[in-house]
Order: sequence, then structure tokens, then C-alpha cells
Amino acid sequence: METMEAKRRRETMSAGWPSASATRMTATLLFILLSVIIFFPSCRQGRSGHNLVVAGSTSVQPFADKWAEVFMEKRPDMIVDVQGGGSSAGIQAVKTGAAHIGMSSRELKEDEMDLFQIEVAHDGLAIIVHPDNPLDNLTIDQVKSIFVGEITTWETLNGQKKPITVVVREEGSGTRGAFQELVMGKSRITKKAIVQDSNGTVREIVSRDPQAIGFISLGLVNDRVKALALNGVAPCEEAILKKEYKLVRPFLFLTKEAPTGLAKEFIDFVLSPEIQELVHKEGLIPVKKEQGSKL
Amino acid sequence: MTKLDRNDRLVRLGLLMIALSAISVLAIITIFIFEQGTPIMFKYGFRSFFLGRDWYPSEKSFGLLPMIVGSLMVTFGALIIGVPLGLASAIFLTEFSHRRLSRILKPVIELLAGIPSVVYGFIGLMFLVPFIRERFGGPGLSVLAASIILGIMILPTVISISIDAIRAVPDSYREGSIALGATRWQTVRLVVLPAARSGIIAGIILGMGRAIGETMAVIMVAGNAADIPGSILAPVRTLTSNIALEMAYASGEHREALFATGVILFIIIMILNTMANVTSARQKKK
Repeated sequence: METMEAKRRRETMSAGWPSASATRMTATLLFILLSVIIFFPSCRQGRSGHNLVVAGSTSVQPFADKWAEVFMEKRPDMIVDVQGGGSSAGIQAVKTGAAHIGMSSRELKEDEMDLFQIEVAHDGLAIIVHPDNPLDNLTIDQVKSIFVGEITTWETLNGQKKPITVVVREEGSGTRGAFQELVMGKSRITKKAIVQDSNGTVREIVSRDPQAIGFISLGLVNDRVKALALNGVAPCEEAILKKEYKLVRPFLFLTKEAPTGLAKEFIDFVLSPEIQELVHKEGLIPVKKEQGSKL
Repeated sequence: MTKLDRNDRLVRLGLLMIALSAISVLAIITIFIFEQGTPIMFKYGFRSFFLGRDWYPSEKSFGLLPMIVGSLMVTFGALIIGVPLGLASAIFLTEFSHRRLSRILKPVIELLAGIPSVVYGFIGLMFLVPFIRERFGGPGLSVLAASIILGIMILPTVISISIDAIRAVPDSYREGSIALGATRWQTVRLVVLPAARSGIIAGIILGMGRAIGETMAVIMVAGNAADIPGSILAPVRTLTSNIALEMAYASGEHREALFATGVILFIIIMILNTMANVTSARQKKK
């Protein structure tokens, strides 16, 4: 009896042959999967004829995604691949040829001026506070003093003897970069500021804390927060187009040389009335048509 | 017979390959972090990383001291909240509760470990943060909020490892103590807990590892100001938060500085793990 049992066991074990190769197969598959995960991003150069890679500012990215979607509906043979990475990464990507079009949400620096730039929209920064805050207007100098950390209570601003909660974006973000450039200049944002990694969470915190102040993209202001007027100018579109409202930054498309082929087609499409209207609907400020015709 | 041996060897080889690939992934990660993170530390000096108080990567100022202090503060706070609660639960479940009750309660506690950290963070942001802001002042996003959330998050680890350690104490110890006239509580305090000590400490250290490594929940409730907090109501940034917050846009030296943050975190966690291993090894020797 026992020997029979042992024999049976041995049989089931030798049936383990395929399972051994199965384990090896699993191992191989795992290995392939891992190498794909590790090396995939570097393979995506997107250099084939019908493929357009657009990369850069994560502020522009969500909008560009939508534009690309509409574009691809019209031209089903094209693939527009929109990637993030940040303005600096986008500029780098165009320079190295990793992307056909770069996206930047800041003005180019001097050593980047060799790129060809096209303004596709404008984005305003809004200084936001809680809706219950009686304050409606600040000067840009006051905003600066608050974010430097010189003014730490609301007392001189709206009479309330309460500390100000300053909310900012993290280092490296385009929105913080724009704020640094447009408001702070060379001064540092206070270390005591609360740091959040998206426009949405900044808005969320300001909408819940009556003592908070923060900055977000103008297009993302909703009725749960109050956007302050600056130097007496409310952040409305008219004031932005007249350049009266100061906290405005460009959304740029960048190419290495004057755009040709598919890149030109896509840029022209983005500057077309149809997309510029979409731009408007999404809370950005459209560029005037003449700028598009410079191409 | 020979065929069986060959099959055995093949299975063993297959398993060995899988095991090696897992270990090599770990090795690759370690090498990668150090390779990416240490050059910038050499360039600007270890002092400026470990002792610098200013984190302004765009101005080439990479002081990580606020984040090191932040991580330690938040972890310590989590232990102050989590350890007494966890230990008390473990003592109750092993020594005082009905067997049936502990059979229900223990799985429930272990379920706590299965809740994703983003949910803890969200609940903290929605309820705990406004509560702290209204009751105690400050922005609410604070060392205190992060410590409470982390304290709750390490409970399952502390409780289940403490339960195992307390159960491992032989019943003869308890019987002896009670026979000498000690009460239940005296027995627990003077006999059971000392006997289970190193196991409990290992549980605490593992909980500490969890607290120091937690990222998502902390980012949501800690406020992330890169400054050494002046009070428990001030916002704080931990090492893990520093990496997760800024990795999206970081490039060049900023990115390397985040890897340097990873190196420091790696060293701290290595120290904690070694401590845990040493204490559990000491227990085995007993």
C-alpha cells in the first residue's frame, strides 16, 4: 500500500515537469514585463511620420490633451501624443528632438531664445481667499509682503486679528514659477507657507480655511473661493487683454525651426477660431487672431 | 529516480532565478538611488544637506534638515499616539477579553491595515484638519494631524505583533504569578510584559518604519511647509513628502537633490530595520 502511495506521489511529482517550465516561463515573462516598464519611456521617441509628440508644461498639458483629441477626430490618420514633464523639460525635449512641439507656460529665458515660439493662449494667475474674507483688493506689493512673510496677520488688511495661512505650490511647478516671476521677483516665498502639489488642492484648502490666501490658475477659480482684484483691477478677461491685470503668463508652443508639416498643421489648428473658442470656454484667454497669422 | 532528481533540480533552478531576480531588482534600486543621489551631496557637501535649513532647490539651496526633523517629529508623534493604544488593545485582547470577542476583534483590527493610505489622508483632511484648526488654532494642517493619522495607521502592526509576542509567553509564567498571589493586572505588568518585551519592541520598530515611510496620507494632512515646525500646530514636511511633492516637475540638480533625499531616507530606514532585526534576534536567543 505504502509503495503504491509513494509511486503515485512520484508520478504527480514528475508531472511537475511542465510546472517547472511554467515557473521559468513566469520568470521570463516577469523579466520581460520589468524591462518593458523600465525601458519603455526611453523608447517612446515618436519619430514616425504620422506621429506628433507634444511635451512640456503640465499647466498646458490638460488643455493640449483636449485640443489633440479634437484634432485627431478630424484627422484619424494622425496620432498626437501629449506628454507632461514641465516647461523646462518641454524646452529641452524640443532642443534634443525628443518632441516635435514643446509646451511652456513661462516666457523663454535668454539662452532658450533660439527656439521658434508661438503663443497659443494666455493664462492668468488669481490670488484667492476664502469667500467669507471681507477683503476684495490688494496691491501687488501687499501680496508680495504676505508671501515673503512680512505681513503675517490680516489685521492691517481687513481688520481681523488672525494669522494668515499662506498656501503655495511646490518648487518646480509652472504656477509657482509664474507667481515667483510675476509677483515675488528675487524675493523668496516664506518657508512657513503650506505647500500643495496641485491647483486643485490649493483651491480646496483656501475654500475651507477662512484665514488662507493662495494662488491658482485663473481658469480654475470657482465660486468656492474669491479671486482678489490687484491694484484695483479685477481679474476679468477684458483687463487681461488690455494688459491691466498684471498676473498673466503665456502658454507657448515651441519648435526648433519654423513649424512645417504635421507640427504646422496642429499649431494652425490650435490657433483656429474653433479651438480658440474652446480655449475661451476652458477659462483661458484666447490669443488675438493676428498673432496666429504671423506664421 | 534520476528523472525525478532532474525535475527537482529544474524546479529549484526556476525558483532560484525568480528569487534572484527579486533580489537583483532590490539591488538595482539601491544602486540607482545612490548613483543618482550621492554626486550632488559630494558637490555641495554633506553638511549642507544634513544641516542646511533652507530648501530652495531653484536657488541651489538644498538643506534637508527641516525634512529630517519633520520625519522624526511626525514618526515620534505617531508612536506617542499609536503605541499606548496598540499595546493596550493587545493586552486586552490576549489577557482580558473573552476568547470569542478577541476572535472577532482581531480580524477587524487587521482590516485597518488594508485601508489604502489615501483614504486615511482624505478622512484626516476632511474631519481632523478642520477640527484642529477650529479647536486649537493654526492652519490645521500640522504635525499633530499627521501624528494622529499615522498613529492610527501603525495600530494594526503594533497590535498584531504585540499579540503574537504576548501569546508566546508560556502559560506557566502566568500560573506561577497568580499562584504567588498576584492579581491579573500585576501578572500582566510584572511578568507577561517583561517576558514579551523584545517582541513588543520589534512591533513598535516595524510600526515606526511604516510611519516614516508613509507618504500619501502625510502629504494630505501635514501642510508640507519646508520649515522646522515651531509647535505641533505648525505645518511640517517629511522626507517622503519632499520627494513625492516635487518629483513631477523636478529636473537637473533639483531632481538629484530629491534622490539625495531618498538616500537619507534609505539610511534612516536601514538603521530602523537593523534595530528591529537585532531585537528580534535577541528574543530568539532567550
